[in-house]
Formats: sequence, C-alpha cells, structure tokens
Amino acid sequence: MAQRIDVTDLNVYYGSFLAVADVSMMIEPRSVTALIGPSGCGKSTFLRTLNRMHEVIPGARVEGKVTMDGVDLYDQAVDPVAVRRQIGMVFQRPNPFPTMSIAENVLAGVRLNNRRISKSDAADLVERSLHGANLWKEVKDRLDRPGSSLSGGQQQRLCIARAIAVRPQILLMDEPASALDPISTLAIEDLIHELKNDYTIVIVTHNMQQAARVSDRTAFFNVSATGEPGRLVEMDDTRTMFSTPSVQATEDYISGRFG
Amino acid sequence: MTHPDREPSVSSIPDAPTPTPEPPPVSTQGTRPAKDRAGRAFAGLSTGAGALILLVLAAVAGFLLLEAWPAIQAPAEELAKISWIPDDGSLARYVGPLVFGTLLGAVLALLLAVPVALGIALFISHYAPRRLASALGYVVDLLAAIPSVIYGLWGGLWLAPRVQPLWDWLGANLGFIPLFEGPAATPPRVMMTVGVVLAVMILPIITAVSREVFLQTPRLHEEAALALGATRWEMVRMAVLPFGRSGVISASMLGLGRALGETMAVLMILSPGLTYSFALLAAGRHQTIAANIALQFPEASPLGVSALIATGLALFVITLLVNMAARWVVARRADFSGAN
Repeated sequence: MAQRIDVTDLNVYYGSFLAVADVSMMIEPRSVTALIGPSGCGKSTFLRTLNRMHEVIPGARVEGKVTMDGVDLYDQAVDPVAVRRQIGMVFQRPNPFPTMSIAENVLAGVRLNNRRISKSDAADLVERSLHGANLWKEVKDRLDRPGSSLSGGQQQRLCIARAIAVRPQILLMDEPASALDPISTLAIEDLIHELKNDYTIVIVTHNMQQAARVSDRTAFFNVSATGEPGRLVEMDDTRTMFSTPSVQATEDYISGRFG
Repeated sequence: MTHPDREPSVSSIPDAPTPTPEPPPVSTQGTRPAKDRAGRAFAGLSTGAGALILLVLAAVAGFLLLEAWPAIQAPAEELAKISWIPDDGSLARYVGPLVFGTLLGAVLALLLAVPVALGIALFISHYAPRRLASALGYVVDLLAAIPSVIYGLWGGLWLAPRVQPLWDWLGANLGFIPLFEGPAATPPRVMMTVGVVLAVMILPIITAVSREVFLQTPRLHEEAALALGATRWEMVRMAVLPFGRSGVISASMLGLGRALGETMAVLMILSPGLTYSFALLAAGRHQTIAANIALQFPEASPLGVSALIATGLALFVITLLVNMAARWVVARRADFSGAN
C-alpha cells in the first residue's frame, strides 16, 4: 500500500518564474510528513508536484526527479492521470461533488477506474471508506443525500473517504483543516493518526501545533523575498525540529518570531 | 489626514488637524439622509423594473385574450366563411395543426442545436487554447447578430439546394422511419430544412449561455475530479456538466423560445400545410403559428384577425408551459445543484 517518495533537485517553474528551487527530500512510507513555512514559500506548490496536480495550471513545469518506489513520476512514459490515481489528494476547502450523493461521492474515483462494480461491492466499499474516514456513523442513514448537505468538517472527511476509496499509495493533504472549526480539526487530526498505518501522508499546514501533533517528520520551507524562489530550509524528525532545529530561521518561524 | 492638498470631503472632520484621528461619524445629520435617499431610490427603481415586467406580461396576455375573444366565441358558420379555416368552422381544428407544426419545428431545432452548442461551449471553456477560444466565442456571438430575414434568405436560396441530396438520401434509405418518409420534396421547402435553419439561429444563444455557465465551474470541483485521476473528459463529466446542468436547461429554453416564435425564416422557407404529420421531408404538411400569422394577417377580415390572435394566444400559452416545465426540471434536483 504505502510507498516512499524520493525527491531529487526539484525546481518548479510557472512559465519562466522559478517558484520552488533545489528541493531534495525523502518521504518515508507509513509516516506523516508535515510541510510548514510562511505563505508564498512554495510548500503547496511543492505538494502539488508530488501528484502532478500543478500541471493543471498552464505553463507550470518541473526540473528534477520525483520517484515513487523507484518509478520516476515525470518519466515521458508516465501518464499524469495514472499518477493521480496512485496519489490521492485532499484540498484546503472541502470539495465534495455537489451534484452527487454521499455514496456517489465516495465512489466517484472508483467509477473512473472501474465502471463495473457490483452493487454489493459498491456498498461495501462505501461503508469501508466512510469507516476509514470516521464518518460512517454520522451518515449511514442518509447516504443518498447530497454531499453538500454535510457540515464542513464532515464534508472534509467525506473527501478523505473519497480519496482513500481508490486505495492510493500516498495521500497528500493541502491544509486540510484550515477551513474547519477546532472540533472538526481534531477529528481530522485523529483520522490522520489512523490513516498513517496504511498510507504515506504528506500534509501542508499553517498551524505549528498541528504539525507537531500529527507528523513524524517536518520540513520547513522559506522564501527570502517575494519574487525569489521558495527553498527547503531543513527537514528532520518533528520532535527535533520543534525542540532543537539546526537552522536559526526555523527556530524563529516555529517560535513565532516571523511568518 | 493632514496632507495639505487633500481636503477631507466629509464635513464632520474638524478644520484643525488633531493628533488623534476623529472616529468616523456613525449617524450624523449630514450624510445619513442623502445615503438613505439613494438607497430608497435604488430600491424603488429595481422594484419598479420588476413590477414593469409583470405589467407588460399582463398587458400582452390581456390583449391576446381580449382580441381573441370574438373568434373564440364566434359561431362555427361565421368562422367557416374565412377561407383558411376548416369548413366545419372549428377554431380548435385550425389551431391544432399549427400548434403541432410549431412544436415540431422548435423541438427539431433544439435537438439539432443543443449537442452542437454544448460541444462548442465545452471546446471554448475547457479545450481550446485561450486565444482560439476567445476568437471562436466572438464568432459565435456574431451569429446571434444576424437578422432572421437574412437567415430566411440564406436557408431558402443557399442551404435548400445544398441539403437536397442529403434529404433525398435520407428519404431513400431511412424512409422506413416515419420522420424520414420519402420521397423528399423538391425543392426542399420542408420542416427538416426549417429545423436546420432554426438550429443555426438558436445556436449562438445556447452556446453563449452554456459557455458562461461552464466557465463558472468552481476550480475546487474540477481539481477534485483531476486529483482522483480523471482525464479531461472525465473531469468535464464529473464536475463541469453536472454543475452546468441547470444553466444548460435555461439556455435551451431561451433557444426554444426563439425557435417557437421565429417568424420570418420559417415564412420564407416552409411550404405550408395544416396536417399532423411527422414526415419532415414532405412539403405542404406543416406550418408554425408565428409564420402563419405573418402570412395571413395582411388580408384577414376582422374576425380572421381575431382568429389569428387566438393562435397567438396558443403560442403564448405554449411558451409559458415550456418555461414552467423547465423550471420544474431544474427545481426537481435543487438539493443537488450545489447552491446549498
């Protein structure tokens, strides 16, 4: 299920603008890696290069190498659509398909891969995925209601259920709790703890406590000035990063002196 | 605040600059009534505009009812004297085929136009490179600016001879389907040709509205689909089309409305007849309400005019019913529209 990612000398461009420069990192399987840093430091952009979602923006391209278990994701022969089926993503704001019911939302990705899925298999998968996202108990009686009828926190867990229903190798989360209230945030964080038994998780967050609570490893990104590319400053075990970081800028950021 | 060139425009700021800025006036006599008046004026204007549309609608409906009334309650023998009314003097038997012809032409046009319009709209909104997209959008909008009499000329003089072989082929090879019952009429002044011309006429409005709706698809939903590993077409099917569904229905209804009421192009192309026939390739079988009014009006007797207005009343009712049906379709799945 879970696989490791190796990033080597990655540069990300939007047209001629270099947005993220010289990132190399290793992401361990079955772990949570948090990406932190001030706004505009390129952490979300970097996250999106891991499943080639940045390519959705015209003119975006990368140099360097991203491999998942030895397979170069940017190889000529690799289809970005196939990459995204392996590497799921959860966005900043919950985005269930408004025209689909709760059950249909969960099955949306599965139906892309495999149109013919028997009714009982589909029902099983819906239940399993919603259990996996800690949402089953709350929605089991209204699976045919629209996904948009749920609260924000429930919608976000529905999106996680949708992402894990296709059994991806890796789960990317772009500030998954930033639009949620504290209780929903806690629910998502608990869920991340459980999910890391099965998945490799990379999470972007603006919330330092959240990074400290949920992640095993933390990577700090920074940008020297607007117009300059964002860079990876350092990456280490989360405990080390939050107690004795080796770079002064990291300590300044974590202790709230800037950013 | 104390910049010499910039006079403060709000009268409540004192002349002498003070070190601490004055808090903004919450409710002083100077500004409040003026603002209120503007607000009230705007509210009045928009309410008035809203009421006006109802008033106009009521006036049209009233006019139609009032003017059609003499024909509706005229005795059959009086109506039978009008040359183009059936011999038994039944107004219903006169209006029936006209309603049928109107609906047939409009539905045919809609069936031909909607798939093409959706294709163009999707191409412009999600497939074409940006420069090509805007150029194409402009050209489509231009189509809407062509007057219908030009479409009539084009349809009758240019298009008709060119579709003749196609209609002949349809009649010869698909003649077993009642719609294409052969042989095709020569010249092809038939409903099929009218349908094609009407389709071209309603294409721009359907395309333009659909395109705008598709462009409004939230980026979040498109990315949700893409992140699940959807191809572009799958993304369109998962996110764009469901989101645009009600907009496309509205767009189609606008197009249908135009097709139902189109007069000049139909008048110039169609060889008229009053039957309930589905044979699209046969001449002298169909007529639409609007074209019929234009055709008969100049030489109609007072009672004849009243009968024609009665057919106009029927058209008015059809249009209302069609729009209500569209509303109902859109409202049926309002929960799933994403508006909540």
